[in-house]
Amino acid sequence: MTAAPAQSLEWKMPSTRKVAVISLILTESALFTIFLVAYLFYMGRSLNPPYPSQVLTFPLFATIALLSSSFTIVFSEMALHRGNRLAFHFWWALTIALGAYFLWFTGTEWKHLIFTEHLTLATNVFGTTFYSLVGLHASHVIIGLFLLTLILVLSLLGKIPADHTEHIEMISWYWHFVDVIWIVVVTVVYIISIRY
Amino acid sequence: MNHETLDDNFQIPPPERIGAERGSLTRIVQEMVFTVDHKTLGLMYIASGLLFFVVSGLMAVMIRIQLAVPRNHFLDPDVFNRLFTMHGTAMVFLVGMPIIFGFANYLIPLMIGARDMAFPRLNAFGFWVFFFSGLLLYFSYLGAPGLYAAGSAPDVGWFAYSPLTAKAFSRGHSTDYWTLSLLLGGIGSIATSINIIVTTLCLRCKGMILGRLPLFVWMFLVVAFLVIIAMPPLSACQIMLILDRYCGAHFFDTQAGGSAVLWQHFFWIFGHPEVYILILPGFAVASEVIPVFSRKPIFGYPVMVAASVMIGFISLGVWAHHMFTVGMTSIGNTFFAISTLLVAIPTGIKIFNWIGTMYGGKLRFELPMLFCLAFLFQFLIAGLTGVMLAIAPFDWQLSDSYFVVAHFHYVLIGGLLFTIFAGLYYWYPKALGKMPDFKLGLWHFILFTVGFHITFFPQHISGFLGMPRRIYTYDAGRGWDLWNLISTIGVFFQVIGILFFVFNLIYSYVKGKKAGDDPWDAWSLEWATTSPPPSYNFETIPEVRSRRPLWDLKHPDDPDWKYE
Amino acid sequence: MPGPPDRAGLIQQKKAWQFWNRSCRPEGDMFSGLNRIIFCVSRRIAGAVLWLVLAAFACSPAYAQDGGQMRPVADMFQPLSRPAEMIHSSSMLVLAITAGIFVVVTTLLVYVVWKFRRKGPEDDLKEPPQIYGSTHIELAWTVVPILITFVLILVTSRTIGEIQNRKMPENAVQIRLVGHQWWWEVHYPKEGIVTANEIHVPLSRRDGAGERPTELILESADVIHSFWVPQLAGKTDLIPNRKNRTWIEPFATGTFFGNCAEYCGTQHANMLLRVIVEEPEAYERWVQKMKAPVPVPQAELAAQGHKAFYANSCVNCHKVDGTNARGVFGPDLTKLMTRQTIGAGVAPLTPETLHAWVRNPQTLKTGCLMPDMKLLDSEVDSITAYLLTLK
Repeated sequence: MTAAPAQSLEWKMPSTRKVAVISLILTESALFTIFLVAYLFYMGRSLNPPYPSQVLTFPLFATIALLSSSFTIVFSEMALHRGNRLAFHFWWALTIALGAYFLWFTGTEWKHLIFTEHLTLATNVFGTTFYSLVGLHASHVIIGLFLLTLILVLSLLGKIPADHTEHIEMISWYWHFVDVIWIVVVTVVYIISIRY
Repeated sequence: MNHETLDDNFQIPPPERIGAERGSLTRIVQEMVFTVDHKTLGLMYIASGLLFFVVSGLMAVMIRIQLAVPRNHFLDPDVFNRLFTMHGTAMVFLVGMPIIFGFANYLIPLMIGARDMAFPRLNAFGFWVFFFSGLLLYFSYLGAPGLYAAGSAPDVGWFAYSPLTAKAFSRGHSTDYWTLSLLLGGIGSIATSINIIVTTLCLRCKGMILGRLPLFVWMFLVVAFLVIIAMPPLSACQIMLILDRYCGAHFFDTQAGGSAVLWQHFFWIFGHPEVYILILPGFAVASEVIPVFSRKPIFGYPVMVAASVMIGFISLGVWAHHMFTVGMTSIGNTFFAISTLLVAIPTGIKIFNWIGTMYGGKLRFELPMLFCLAFLFQFLIAGLTGVMLAIAPFDWQLSDSYFVVAHFHYVLIGGLLFTIFAGLYYWYPKALGKMPDFKLGLWHFILFTVGFHITFFPQHISGFLGMPRRIYTYDAGRGWDLWNLISTIGVFFQVIGILFFVFNLIYSYVKGKKAGDDPWDAWSLEWATTSPPPSYNFETIPEVRSRRPLWDLKHPDDPDWKYE
Repeated sequence: MPGPPDRAGLIQQKKAWQFWNRSCRPEGDMFSGLNRIIFCVSRRIAGAVLWLVLAAFACSPAYAQDGGQMRPVADMFQPLSRPAEMIHSSSMLVLAITAGIFVVVTTLLVYVVWKFRRKGPEDDLKEPPQIYGSTHIELAWTVVPILITFVLILVTSRTIGEIQNRKMPENAVQIRLVGHQWWWEVHYPKEGIVTANEIHVPLSRRDGAGERPTELILESADVIHSFWVPQLAGKTDLIPNRKNRTWIEPFATGTFFGNCAEYCGTQHANMLLRVIVEEPEAYERWVQKMKAPVPVPQAELAAQGHKAFYANSCVNCHKVDGTNARGVFGPDLTKLMTRQTIGAGVAPLTPETLHAWVRNPQTLKTGCLMPDMKLLDSEVDSITAYLLTLK
């Protein structure tokens, strides 16, 4: 717009979706941090049982399931980029199945804790911080599963054109984030706090 | 919102046909409800912020009347406590936040040469969530008593220290209104901030590299990042409080091993960055206004950017300076005193850079500039009293006294509100196409500035004399009488000043001179389009080569890009 | 309650004046050399300002009883106790530095605004030279604030350490202060004394032998409160489920005024605290008096009141030593009449105010947790008469 020599640089801006999802992940991380800090702060401060060491067992299969779902979603994306819709659907559905298994596990764990161990949100500060932290994560798994299922249904109906792959990539980013949070949660809740 | 058809014969079937008559009230409401235009939303943000400003300002007037004389019986203690809680909460969340988001929404796309925000519908969502959170908070006056006829509006103070918010000490639903309103408002703020970040990073016009962003946009980028990092702790706090109050959780329940101090940590992890979230937009406006009315570019642009980013970073690590009195260890106190003092460095740099900008210029004392000059002086005082408060031992005396009240009113009124006024007068011609009346504005400026100092300066002294904040009354003979009386007198100057302001906004819109595209002879992109700008902002997306694209245009012989 | 400036008030102002004008030697000898000069000058300036401040209002103690000189103006710049003096010393340095910065920057601002103002329409014809910045100048005004900040950091860390890490000597008086919605429960664990809203402590002397600080253990029974008697010490919060600690070491006798400084609900404003500093002998006399048993009232009306007190629900909340009244929710009434005020400072304690309180506390202190007991007129009279014997 000036009389100066024309600029010849190529003007390329980052993708709005990517920046938005990164921001969203940043803000969600801050939210999780506070609940994690609350859990760490109240570790070993419960006035009455049950304590973590008495009732918690390491959720091995659920963790394996959730972590491997991060790989299956990557395979799924790779298939999509190759244009192989069938493989995409297969890996994507497997991801959903693994996530659903994780959620089912959390449900049974909670059922056990509530009805057998009599640990509720109101029992002690362990119950308060445990359910709020794991519950916050589980709620994110639910949101993730909803989004994953939505994509699967739309894709099976043929409503996702080839140039919309970035949307799918964004959902996989979110899913990776949910996984990474689980690694932190599982470390804090099932490894560190189990001593108390 | 005006559509200019290119050809008179060609008629675009207007979407207005669907709804009511153009210009009718229904039509305006309809437009406001369905709009996703960043400019309309920006104005709606500012307008609703000003509405809440008037309401919670009147609450402050009542507070001051009650405190004018010792043992006054103007208000009951409960009414008083609700007033200061609502005043504080509303001023921060329903006045400060929406007005700065209004500025961001209106101006960022214009300044970076974009057609709209990145996610227009998310933008509308953010506004409506904020707006309903405001209504929810005020609805507590009617809704909260419930069947128990317990307290109406929240009365726990704007930082609502636990366990005062526990069911045992706060019966009824007043605290729940406060909690839910802030939770809702937080979601809106985060949505808007993500939008600001994405817009700034992804929608810049050609040539607008980060090093050429107007400082205004830079500071809002820092603000948006602070919001998305600092707001979730507040939301987490509110979720925990709801769980405590309704599900029997024990986050802040001191009877079950919970901690009252944890709330303070979580709240101030949000609360202190919040202060910078509110004051950086003030800096943003000053960084636009001062150069234009000094007729010089901003002095030391890279340093200004670095200082803003640094303030953002440091502000995340200073929260416990609000908690010097809770009995932290001497190491904890020292750490937070040091980190707080560090903020003084980038802030000082900024003040010097603004003065450096004026040095050697030709200062034009238009309304925006007057407010910015007052801002510089007042913010200097606020910053220096802030240094005093950062000295932990001094803070053991000053904390929670009227000195603190004076300090943060110097920050939020002397700093933020004055720059908001500056910004409103500065961009008024751009947004509405009319010039604000100078005489009325001058009255507003004089009355408000004088009233502001009369009201808040004496509060430093009553703080020195041991007057705690949030007391609804006090005994005579404790040395506070005179200062409180003076303080109350000052309020009425401010009220008259605000009347001039409101009248000016309306009067100038009806009777003001036509503004033209660029009334202040400014240099950033928003002045390159018409006033008010069309809904698509620019006919062709501009291309910039320097920080002051319009300077380059006006001075082809001596463009900026030769020097940057 | 407000009255004309009386003698005590005037004397206090005069003393304040002397205080600000006497030798500039800071207590504790924290500073030397240049610092001392800064300190002296700043103290003179601050002294002058403060004198104007003090002269501007006539301070009159609202009500005086035993308790020596009333000190209702809780001016943090007239510290009369060691921690307050230490805070005062460092705060004067901070005030001097900030005042210096204020003067320099304001002068610069005014100069620039005046010098470079638009002088007339001819100024609009040509833009001024466009300057984009200067590394040297910017470096200068970055380094100077860094140096100032460094000085402040040193002073702060040192004062924090000195105040917070002070070891209490053996003979220190120990007090457990428990905050309640809207009053203070005061325990002397060593002496076995319980009272409310007023703390008696002995005077300390600056020489080693007469040094006798008072340690305060701070707790809360409900919400967060804060202990603040500006002339004696900075504030420290009383937090439920947490023990905080602070200390005072007063060097002057008299009744010092303080407030709860953390918002704690409806009657936060009327949660006042008094600290009565006495000569060591007077303090011992007070301790003995507090320990002496309360005699059963003999006078007819008071005896009736005694019965009425125990027949009503007063005993559920209040305690009177040596009787069946063992309530813990309200203030201990064992030595009620030794106190200066009623309702945590809402009014002076006189037969009239006591009568009014017993009739309906809500008229004196709206929202306080003691309900209107709806007593008969005769009961109000007799219970008041009984309470008047508790001394």
